[in-house]
Amino acid sequence: MKTFNIGGVHPHDSKLNADAPVKELPVPQQVCVMVSQHLGAPSQPIVKKGDKVKVGTVLTSNEAFLGAVVHSPVSGTVNKIADVVDASNYPKPAIFIDVEGDEWEDDIDRTPDIKREITLDAQEIIQRVKEKGIVGMGGACFPTHVKLMPPKDAKAEFLLLNGVECEPYLTCDYRLMLDHAEEIMIGATILMKALDVKQAIVGIEANKPKAIEHMSEIAKKYPGVSVQALKMKYPQGAEKQLIKALTGRAVPSGKLPINVGCVVDNVATCYAVYQAVQKNMPLIQRMVTVTGPCVSEPTNFLARLGSPVSAFLDAVGGVPENTGKVISGGPMMGKAIMNTEVSSVKGMSGILVLPEESAHRLPLYPCIRCGKCVEACPMGLEPYLIASTTMAKAFEQTEKAKVMDCIECGCCQFTCPANRPLLDCLKLGKATVGKIIRARNAK
Amino acid sequence: MNDSTTLIYAIVLLAALGLVLALILYLVAQKFKVEEDPRIDQVADALPGANCGACGKAGCRDMAVQIVKDPAYTGCPVCNEENVARIAEILGRVPEKKDPMIAVLRCKGGKINTEGKVRFEGLPSCSYANSVLTTESGCPFGCIGFGDCTAVCAFDALHINPLTGLPETDPDKCTACGACTKACPRGILEIRKRRDEEGRVYVGCMNKQKGVYSAKVCKVSCIGCGKCVKTCPQNAITLENNLAYVNDALCISCQACVEACPTHAMTIMPLDKKKAPAAPEATAQTI
Amino acid sequence: MAENTKWIISGAPHIHGSESVKKIMWGVVIALIPSFLVSVYFFGLQALVLTLVTVAACLVFEFLINRFLFKRACCLGDGSAMITGLLLALNLPANLPLWMAIVGSLIAIGVAKWAYGGLGNNPFNPALVGRVFLLISFPVAMTSWPCARALFGGHTLTDAVTGPTPLGIAKEGLKNGTVSDLAGQLPSYAEMFFGNMAGSMGEISAIAILIGGIYMLCRKIITWHIPVTFLGSAFIFAGILWMANPEQFMDPVFHLLTGGIMLGAVFMATDMVTSPMTNKGKLIFGVGCGVLTILIRTFGAYPEGVSFAILIMNAFVPLINRYATPKRFAVAK
Repeated sequence: MKTFNIGGVHPHDSKLNADAPVKELPVPQQVCVMVSQHLGAPSQPIVKKGDKVKVGTVLTSNEAFLGAVVHSPVSGTVNKIADVVDASNYPKPAIFIDVEGDEWEDDIDRTPDIKREITLDAQEIIQRVKEKGIVGMGGACFPTHVKLMPPKDAKAEFLLLNGVECEPYLTCDYRLMLDHAEEIMIGATILMKALDVKQAIVGIEANKPKAIEHMSEIAKKYPGVSVQALKMKYPQGAEKQLIKALTGRAVPSGKLPINVGCVVDNVATCYAVYQAVQKNMPLIQRMVTVTGPCVSEPTNFLARLGSPVSAFLDAVGGVPENTGKVISGGPMMGKAIMNTEVSSVKGMSGILVLPEESAHRLPLYPCIRCGKCVEACPMGLEPYLIASTTMAKAFEQTEKAKVMDCIECGCCQFTCPANRPLLDCLKLGKATVGKIIRARNAK
Repeated sequence: MNDSTTLIYAIVLLAALGLVLALILYLVAQKFKVEEDPRIDQVADALPGANCGACGKAGCRDMAVQIVKDPAYTGCPVCNEENVARIAEILGRVPEKKDPMIAVLRCKGGKINTEGKVRFEGLPSCSYANSVLTTESGCPFGCIGFGDCTAVCAFDALHINPLTGLPETDPDKCTACGACTKACPRGILEIRKRRDEEGRVYVGCMNKQKGVYSAKVCKVSCIGCGKCVKTCPQNAITLENNLAYVNDALCISCQACVEACPTHAMTIMPLDKKKAPAAPEATAQTI
Repeated sequence: MAENTKWIISGAPHIHGSESVKKIMWGVVIALIPSFLVSVYFFGLQALVLTLVTVAACLVFEFLINRFLFKRACCLGDGSAMITGLLLALNLPANLPLWMAIVGSLIAIGVAKWAYGGLGNNPFNPALVGRVFLLISFPVAMTSWPCARALFGGHTLTDAVTGPTPLGIAKEGLKNGTVSDLAGQLPSYAEMFFGNMAGSMGEISAIAILIGGIYMLCRKIITWHIPVTFLGSAFIFAGILWMANPEQFMDPVFHLLTGGIMLGAVFMATDMVTSPMTNKGKLIFGVGCGVLTILIRTFGAYPEGVSFAILIMNAFVPLINRYATPKRFAVAK
């Protein structure tokens, strides 16, 4: 079985209650839609207080190349446009909408039928993907239409679909692959057409045998699409690692996947593309895994964007008694959140509730120079060296140690027997060195 | 007999060798002597000698070279009056007068005036914590309190007060070099005029959120009510983004704003310079 | 708000692997048990007493240094001082006067470890520094090896008979004679393998060391790189010499089974703190140790060279770390 070549760790996969059916999260009384939910230039709201909106009404505008718009996930009245705190309590602009009824924009096809025939040409597909606000749903929220427009000097050869879901606990992509395999395949065909590539590979880790079987079965009907089972290893879902695992190609430092002829999209993105292109459905809802060791019934919810985290937690029976940490995303790369008023966004794949006893950082020991971080690093870096040079403020050394190649996967800190805050140091070093490099380039 | 001859030979030989080498050393030193203005060393001695880098030079000696070479050079930003006077005396110039400055912390939140809603665990570095959370109390502008500023202070003038969790400036040691203002990821520290006699007045808050939000996270936040703006006889106070700011050049330390401020965000330091109108509000001030 | 209801905010990752310093250290202690038992079997009560004294001395010194010099809570729990004590004891002759063992412990913990800043900061293996200090300071006591005798062979603390190690016999013999002259003086390979020979407590039994080594490999406490390259390069280098002149040089199997090379390769050279970080570095380190050991044994003044070889290579570790960088992602093969 294939996998990437260096480093990686094996956290326990903890896919709790993965085979439970998906539930629909009740639409809350009020939703709070973040104005910018993507990586790139910020969007501007184009609605104002008192405006009536339907499901699918465009709420923001964004003229930038690296931009994505947001659509209303509910129907109702715009209550206010105000700053709201994001996961770490920083104020960010958001649109509050009071929910009234459930009225959808007329051009959205809400029938459950699967529409297989692709009528749009490549340019129209890209335009549609942009209009419908599709962004990468693995977490990075990179606008998808940008990926579909490779620079002139590069040509895509492979479309790689990321169904790896290497983060422990998360099961939303798994459910999606079981429930909507057909749609994902059509989505893949659409993306292949837009990119003009002949081959698409879906990468799925070996801990999801049902998904592998089901997807392989469906893929037979779609020429060019194949399913590749991958050996379990974190961080296989990271872009560079997935490309290495599936094609054997390595994206050089500072380059993009397209430079080695690959375009990587999450299966959830692929599903969203299908919805947008075939059904005219903008990105207004997504699958969110609500899970945790002490959550009574871990479930996948199909939820409208802008639903508060508290609504998800209420749906699984409230915040468990001994909660010590609530994380948006998976346990390896997710972000601990400060309060449950945070609203769900396009990139939020899961809500993980950790009990008090496993929420704490473990006691610190001095670095015993065991080299396990070096062994675990999937980018072949020396985390101990980057951390120590960062703490000594020797940022020239940090830069020489190739800190900018760090993908912040957290393998080093996960594996460190001395419980050193390696990733904390690495992130600090990367941010500082990034600033230094930008200052140098600006000169 | 034989032994003592050996001994004498050894002594004579070594002495001769020493002399010859000393001579060579002396000649070489003479030959390669670099003529340097002796005042450079004297000026370097008179400088604080912390190599803090506030002047932008490679160190105090580099600065001394610059001062001696260029009579128009204004000089070291961290020198106190005594240093300036000594340098002026060495160089025979008139000592320039400058307003003594000090670093002030424009946040009074800390452990006492804010309520920690979460606990942070991980690398105790402000720059890092800044990317993970706002503060434990939830203020996106306030002091995180891990002391990135105290770590860079070359003069040992900043220390975290364990009681408040906030850095405090030691007025006797602070030279206003400004290293801390650059180290703070949130730019909370500011270099302002000392005004040791009449007291320095500034807004002890950086929160640009609306009053309803800022009051929620901190007892002593600036809520942007604008009372200080109206009271100021000098028009030194401006209100922008829900946050007041005292213009240091215009302020006359009359303290009218300090009395007017409903949340005690307006601060006067040192504390004993405060005119005492109403007694109870002193609690928030002393802490 | 009550303390226990506060949520925790920390950066990713939010879960941690099962490895910990404590587990690693105690794993090494467990791996040392077979060697320790063999030494007690062959050298009797004095081996047990010496080990206990060394371990106790190391723990006490660790505690005192932490408590009174660094003025902080003690970290005996991490087990590193215990390992230093055990390894030091296993590197000493069983009949060493106890006060010397205590001095060795002080040097190991005080000078080799804490003078550099404690666990993780020492460039040299503490136990080896302790041993080498003793070897240089008390050469007679440190080279009067008790002959291995079964525990129930009826000897007491006082009447232990001392004799040279096989390496010592070979060194002396080869000064004026040839290998064939040594026939009959040396123990058989089987005896060497199971430990029935003169030597320091831990080094005599290759089999016990190998059991410990395999345990550590399975627990992923050590990697194969250092032991294999250490022993392999020593074997090859000794083999080359032996093939060049079998009358003047001992055969490679003899070199692997005698002296501290097994103990050194499995327990001393693999010490995480003092060995290189990358696998490539570990290979270089292992080869360096192996070659130096044979060089010292065959051409040096001492019959045994493992301690010196490892200490010398320890000094090169920062340099090795600098140049033996790991294989980067996406760099041409």
